[in-house]
Amino acid sequence: MIPDASTTPGGWLLPLAILMPFVGVLAGLALGGRHARSVAMLTIAAGLAAAIAIASAALRMGDSLVYVLGGWSPPLGIALRADGIAVAMIVAVAVVITGIGIYARTDFATPRGVGEARAPMLYWMLLLAVWGSLNLVFVSGDLFTLYVALELLTFAGVPLVCLDGKGETLRAALRYLVYALAGSVLYLLGVVLLYAQYGTLDIALLAPRVSPGAATWTAMAMMTAGLLAKTALFPLHLWLPPAHAGAPPAASAVLSALVVKGSFFIVIRLWLDVAPGLVGLPAAQLLAGLGAAAILFGSVIALRQARLKLLIAYSTLAQIGYLFIMFPLAFDGATGMFVHGDALNAGILQAISHATAKAAMFMAAGLVYKSCGHDRIADLAGIARASPLTVLTFVFGGVALMGVLPSGAYLAKKLLLAAADGSGQWWWESVLVTGGLLTTSYVVLVAAQMLRRPAADAPPRASVPRPQELAALALALCSLALGLTAVFGPVPSSFLGNPLAPKELGATLMTIAGGTVLALLFASPLPPLPAALSAVASRSRRVTLPLGAVLEGIDALLRRWAVAGVSLLLVALAFGLLMHGDV
Amino acid sequence: MIVDAFYAAPALLILALGVYTTFVRDTFPATVGFLAYGLLLTVAWVQLHGVDVALTEAAIGGGLTGLLLVRASAKLRATEAGARAQRPSLALRLAAAVLCGCVTLALAITVLTLPDPAPSLAVEALAHIAPTGVGNPITAVLMAYRAMDTLLESIVLLLALVGVWSLAPDRAWGGRPGPRYNADPDGILAFIARVLPPIGIIVGVYIFWVGADAPGGKFQGATIVAAMWLLTLMAGLSDVPPISRRWMRVLLVAGPAVFIAVGIVGVITTGTFLAYPDGWAKPLILVIEFALMPSLALTLGLVLAGAPERPAP
Repeated sequence: MIPDASTTPGGWLLPLAILMPFVGVLAGLALGGRHARSVAMLTIAAGLAAAIAIASAALRMGDSLVYVLGGWSPPLGIALRADGIAVAMIVAVAVVITGIGIYARTDFATPRGVGEARAPMLYWMLLLAVWGSLNLVFVSGDLFTLYVALELLTFAGVPLVCLDGKGETLRAALRYLVYALAGSVLYLLGVVLLYAQYGTLDIALLAPRVSPGAATWTAMAMMTAGLLAKTALFPLHLWLPPAHAGAPPAASAVLSALVVKGSFFIVIRLWLDVAPGLVGLPAAQLLAGLGAAAILFGSVIALRQARLKLLIAYSTLAQIGYLFIMFPLAFDGATGMFVHGDALNAGILQAISHATAKAAMFMAAGLVYKSCGHDRIADLAGIARASPLTVLTFVFGGVALMGVLPSGAYLAKKLLLAAADGSGQWWWESVLVTGGLLTTSYVVLVAAQMLRRPAADAPPRASVPRPQELAALALALCSLALGLTAVFGPVPSSFLGNPLAPKELGATLMTIAGGTVLALLFASPLPPLPAALSAVASRSRRVTLPLGAVLEGIDALLRRWAVAGVSLLLVALAFGLLMHGDV
Repeated sequence: MIVDAFYAAPALLILALGVYTTFVRDTFPATVGFLAYGLLLTVAWVQLHGVDVALTEAAIGGGLTGLLLVRASAKLRATEAGARAQRPSLALRLAAAVLCGCVTLALAITVLTLPDPAPSLAVEALAHIAPTGVGNPITAVLMAYRAMDTLLESIVLLLALVGVWSLAPDRAWGGRPGPRYNADPDGILAFIARVLPPIGIIVGVYIFWVGADAPGGKFQGATIVAAMWLLTLMAGLSDVPPISRRWMRVLLVAGPAVFIAVGIVGVITTGTFLAYPDGWAKPLILVIEFALMPSLALTLGLVLAGAPERPAP
């Protein structure tokens, strides 16, 4: 496989997609004040157009887009490459940023009579910077440029956490910064080790050169652990709940939907493109095992949250775990390599599906807060009457995550189940199914509270701005309809059926029923129930509630600094040993 | 034998200082340990003939970071006792020690297995240097072969500054960073702050200028200039402008903006982003560097000056 190191038609769109948001940052900073938002809006329009142009160019080419920067071809220079997964992510991010941008227009307007206000100015700069960094992550063909992208992403993401300037959010931001930087250092260490062995950092040149050896495994293990810390995969998630729950909704949406996907994407690059034949199946089982643990812990703890934003943050923890289930399923036993195929497509689809749904859910949570003046889950009654679109958005986002036809998550789950079945890894099938039920449980819990009739003396709910509702709803619908991409994507459309066919309808109902049972068992506190049901539930809850409390206790322990530091080292060592042991 | 000692002594001292910095409990001694560590690292890089890296380590790794840490430790003094009370349990500390030992051991073994001589692009970087017009291959890497990384790094620095500013309270947004320093106008600090900057600025500009052909460059030069600026600030001879000033914002973004503009010139003349037309490489590189140097110096200085604290009048 000799990499093509010459610029392809349409390749020029790649540096454009990276730099346009950053030009927006520079212009916004220089013009300042009230202009920052207009600059951001213009940039979003142009960036969305660029993303669509990239997609159409890639479809025309039928192959990766390549751009050789400065005319210096690798290994000396840097090439940008956009393969199928990169193009899919670029388009998805552009759509999500557009939705969030429209939503944030209201929240981050500069107040009248002020030349420039802190939060709006920062928000628009950081939103664009996150976008440019992510595009760089997707198309960078060079491991060091990817490091620069990680740095950009970290510095753009961290201040988003502390936009409201409260002490606790500052603490959350610093926590995120320090842990993410530790991850960056581990990644950089791996880059250095790879360069010292192979004399190149270009991914396409590196792939045929890498060979088994202690230094390569050490590098891969360090880089993987560092990236997982930045992705907040369980048990390296100490920074995620306070950061994602404490930020303003429009910022939480960016952090939860998009920022964590950057480091996740680089793990894919490392495992599937840099050293597909070296990492081995045992390491992938560990990776997916951590993912399974994330699903369990994230979902059960989500059910025990009193506040909606924390519930959604823990749901992100669980959904991140879901993303990593695809790794052992992308392993091809015949060649002993990780391959691009259905499992990878499913993973990317899952990532996009979560990006759109989770952005919509955080935005809906923000609207709930506006309407009720709080986001206590137990006191949401009446919200459905005050702003039905918000409730609809939350439910659609949740349903999309549950994996009901025709959502992206549904298609992803089908593909992963087929891959697990094909490779005889039945245990991942049960994780996937259980994960779907757990997701359903917290969605059902919140939906049930939202749909309750308000008490007679309940305080009135304020109405919320319509453009914000529509932006959130649009993203939720995107996620819900994502499965339709199978029609013109690389995924066999035979995976899609009629959502109202008895079999599919039955499966959907079973999922909802199972999720409801889980919610009854683990939710704390429980919404008011009919007496008979509550008697049955309370008997079983004598067992399940302490179990949930134990998980919560373990989670609190893992999120202590010292323990999280030890976990990071432990994860790095475990990956190193498993990669060694495989040969 | 003497040669061995010449190389071994800094290496052993670096290790010893690393251990000291890790184990010492108080923030300030740890910072001092880190400063000394940075100086010795600079020596080690010179011994390894990595003069460019040594300069960077001295300016940014040791100098700038050291200054940041000293100021942070001064601010943290009040919280130190509280932090010490949160000491993790013995079992946890033992686990951390064992794991750190394992990782260190794994890294040490790894380093020993690396190929010697290491594969490198140094030869190729030299072979293609002619069209770039510069004499220092590191400058060729930074400004030609991997110009995109340098461009993006200059934006990273800008984002770091935005991050520092984000720590400001809402009411101080747009105001002046940090406290106003009131030093004795006849004291030693004020004296040094009057005498040193003219020399320091010349040294900084010199290091920037020779970067084209010899070790040096804009990052190191900018750090020295920024340090001189900070000296006059801390001596109370000048004050930081409010962050809302338009000229300051323009100066901050000018470097990366000119870099991108030159990249676009490449698109117009050669059809490739960040490519330099024949014979124009050196002048265009100089244009970028002249634009970047003040932006970098200002950004670094402002990062050290801290978040806005005093509302603009």
